[in-house]
Order: sequence, then C-alpha cells, then structure tokens
Amino acid sequence: MNPFELVSGWFQDPANWSGATGIPSRIAEHLQYSLLAMLIAALIAIPFGLVLGHLNRGEIVVLTIANSIRALPTLGLLTLLVILAGIGLLPPLIALIVLAIPPMLVNTFEGIRNVDRFTVDAARGIGLRGPSILWSVEAPVALPLILLGARLAAIQVISAATIAAYVGLGGLGRYIFDGLGRRDFSQVIGGSVLVALLAIATELFFVTLGAAVVSKGVTRRSKKIFTATGLGIIPGVRRKATT
Amino acid sequence: MFDMNWVMRNADDILGLLRDHLTLSFIPILLGLMLAIPIGVACVRWAWIYPIALAMSTAFFAIPSIALFVFMLPYTGLSQLTAIIPLTLYTVSLLVRNVVDGIRSTDDSVRQAAAAMGYGGIHRLVSVELPIAAPVILGGLRIATVANIGMVAVVSVMGLSSLGDLFVDGTQRFFLTPILVGIVLTTALAVVADLVLVAVQRRLTPWSQAGRNR
Repeated sequence: MNPFELVSGWFQDPANWSGATGIPSRIAEHLQYSLLAMLIAALIAIPFGLVLGHLNRGEIVVLTIANSIRALPTLGLLTLLVILAGIGLLPPLIALIVLAIPPMLVNTFEGIRNVDRFTVDAARGIGLRGPSILWSVEAPVALPLILLGARLAAIQVISAATIAAYVGLGGLGRYIFDGLGRRDFSQVIGGSVLVALLAIATELFFVTLGAAVVSKGVTRRSKKIFTATGLGIIPGVRRKATT
Repeated sequence: MFDMNWVMRNADDILGLLRDHLTLSFIPILLGLMLAIPIGVACVRWAWIYPIALAMSTAFFAIPSIALFVFMLPYTGLSQLTAIIPLTLYTVSLLVRNVVDGIRSTDDSVRQAAAAMGYGGIHRLVSVELPIAAPVILGGLRIATVANIGMVAVVSVMGLSSLGDLFVDGTQRFFLTPILVGIVLTTALAVVADLVLVAVQRRLTPWSQAGRNR
C-alpha cells in the first residue's frame, strides 16, 4: 500500500473523528495552546516594540535578545522546563511564548521605527503629541509589518505546538508521537498533514485579517514593503523603508 | 544539579552527536545556497517566475518541519536524507527572496557602467551583480543557518542522531545534565556559525567596511 492510500484510509476511518482523541478535539487542543501562547507573547512583545520603536531606543538590546532566542532549540527549552517545572501546560506554554516573542518584537520595533520621518513631522505639525502620534499615526502605518510579525510567530507556534505532545500533552502532535511509538505511519502522516493544513489556514487567516484591518491608504503605499519583507525583517540587513 | 562526571564519561558520544548535528545542518545550507542562486537569477531574468516562486516558498514555509521530516520517512527511512531534503528546501525558499532582492539592488548606473566596460551576461552576473548582492544573500544565509541548527534537534524524536538526542535522553531519564549540555552546544553552534558567516561576509565584501572608518 502506498503512503497516500494509508493516509486517506486513516482520514476516512470514522473512529478518528469522534471523542476526546478524535481529530476535532485534537485540533481544538492544538489551537488552544497556540492561541494562549500567541496572546501572552503579543501582550509582551507588541507594547515593548511600540514604545521602543517610538523612542527609537534599544536597537542593540532588541536585536540581540531576538537573535539569541532564535538560536535556542525549542525542544531543548521544552524538555528543560519539564524537568524544572514538571509535566503540565506550563512548560509548553512558556516554550511557545518564548518562540513567538522575537518575530513580533522585531517587526513591531522596526515597523514603528521606520515610519517615514516626514509623516511623523506632519503629525507633530498638526498638533499631535507623543502617545497620540504613536497611536494614530505610527501604529496604523506600521500595522502591515506588525501583522507580518504576528503571522510569522503564529506559524512557528502552530508548528512547535506539535512538540507539546512529546511531553504528554494533547494537540495534533499526539498523532505524530503515538504513531511513531506504535510504528503506525498512517497516523503519523495523517497528524502531520493536519498540522500543515492548520498552519496554511493560519497563514490565510492573517492575509484576510490584514486586508480587513489595514487602512486603505497604508495598503496602497506599503504594498511594496509588505511583499519585499515577506519573511520578516532581516536583522543586520537594513532595507529601505520605502521604494 | 549539573553532573560534570556524566559529561566527562560521555564526551565521545556527545562529540559524535555534535558531528551529526553539524552534518545535518550544514549540508542543507550548502545545497540550498547552490540551488537558490540559479533559481533567484532565473527569477530576475524571467520576472513572471518570481511570483510563482514566492507563493511556493511562502506556502512551503507554513509546513512545520516535523511534518516534513515525517513525510519523508516512507521514502528515505531513518537515513540522514530524511532531514537533509526538507531542510534544503527550507533554505532554498528562504534564500530565493534574498538572492532576487540582492541582485535587484544593483544600481542601474553600475549595471550600465559594467556593460560599457564590456561585461555582459554571465560575466556581469558573476563579477558585478552577485558580489553586490552578497550582503543580502549572506543575511538570509545567517537566518537559514540559525534556523536549521535549531530545527535539526527535532529529528532526534524520530530516532535520527543529532544533539537532540540529549533532550530525548534527558526527558526519558528525567535527568537535567544532558538537556543543559544539549542547549549549550546547540546555541553555541548557532552563535559560532553566525560569527563565521559575518567573517565570511566581511571577507567577501571588503568595500562594505571601507566607509565605516570615520
């Protein structure tokens, strides 16, 4: 039997679609871990990025923290936390939060910092002050990049949430690790297909969200930046903010 | 907490894991770079390819690494190819964008000057456009390298050998030392690789340093 038949057989088996170990509840668990981690990470990363970017301070600190976190292996961090804090929701949650912070922090920081100086001066000229410049001028202009950071973080989190199953939690990783344990490849690959589909759905969600919340004026102007930096700002390689 | 004796006793095994980890992260970087340059050049020459390549690389990036490793299992089994093929594809999809951006960043006046001096086709590409693109390409290469070194650790949960074995071992025996050793070595590997690439970049593009001595 070829792999495709095995996997389609697994997807067609009604037993895999119901109960606490069924596909819908596993997807719900996976989304629950990912959403919780994303929310907490966003609450930490975005305010810091906004304020530091507005003040244009702390470039070295932000980039160094972001880069050193990137070099940290998620599996290592997760297993370390499990040994220190025991099995439970906390270790995978912390590991996912740590993973999600760098892209959101860097993109928010760089997005705000690279808002055209003329735009900021114009805002100051019509009487806006610090916080309102940040809130009503800089943030909307930087929104495409901030959302891009959130999208990159979300995809990494969805992908890494799979590993939560390695330390006994639920989510789609259960299929992968249980399948590997039992040498049941239809289940392993079925689980992987679901994680990949969930990641692609997340990507599409962010594209739709971007189209809905980014101001029309900004969309037109920033289309080029948005596509040029599709994979996030590359530290060390400064791009021109506008074409 | 930290058992130094364990490290000493297992030093040989740990070095073996380090070597496997190096192999699994660097072969994909080299292969990826070798593939990304011609693809990027093609994207610049025939502009219609670029949106297709971009869409493919974005979709590809959304697929989790563990899922890709698992997809490979029925075909490549527990050989190193199971890790090398997906990581090569990741590297390519990350680098193509940088190759294209880098080549496009060549100033038109520079390109015309090169043409006037008799540089054309491949010759101009190799001796003018690619050197100018080098910092951007190397910037992407740095990200790909750090990302690969982190992703490789995951292959250990499937039974392939890498520094990730230390995490698996530590979890199974509830033993902190191997995990700490694994984290320190993986992170150190990433940092050293990054520094090497920075040095390579300085060497390849001496002119980027020239203006800095104010």
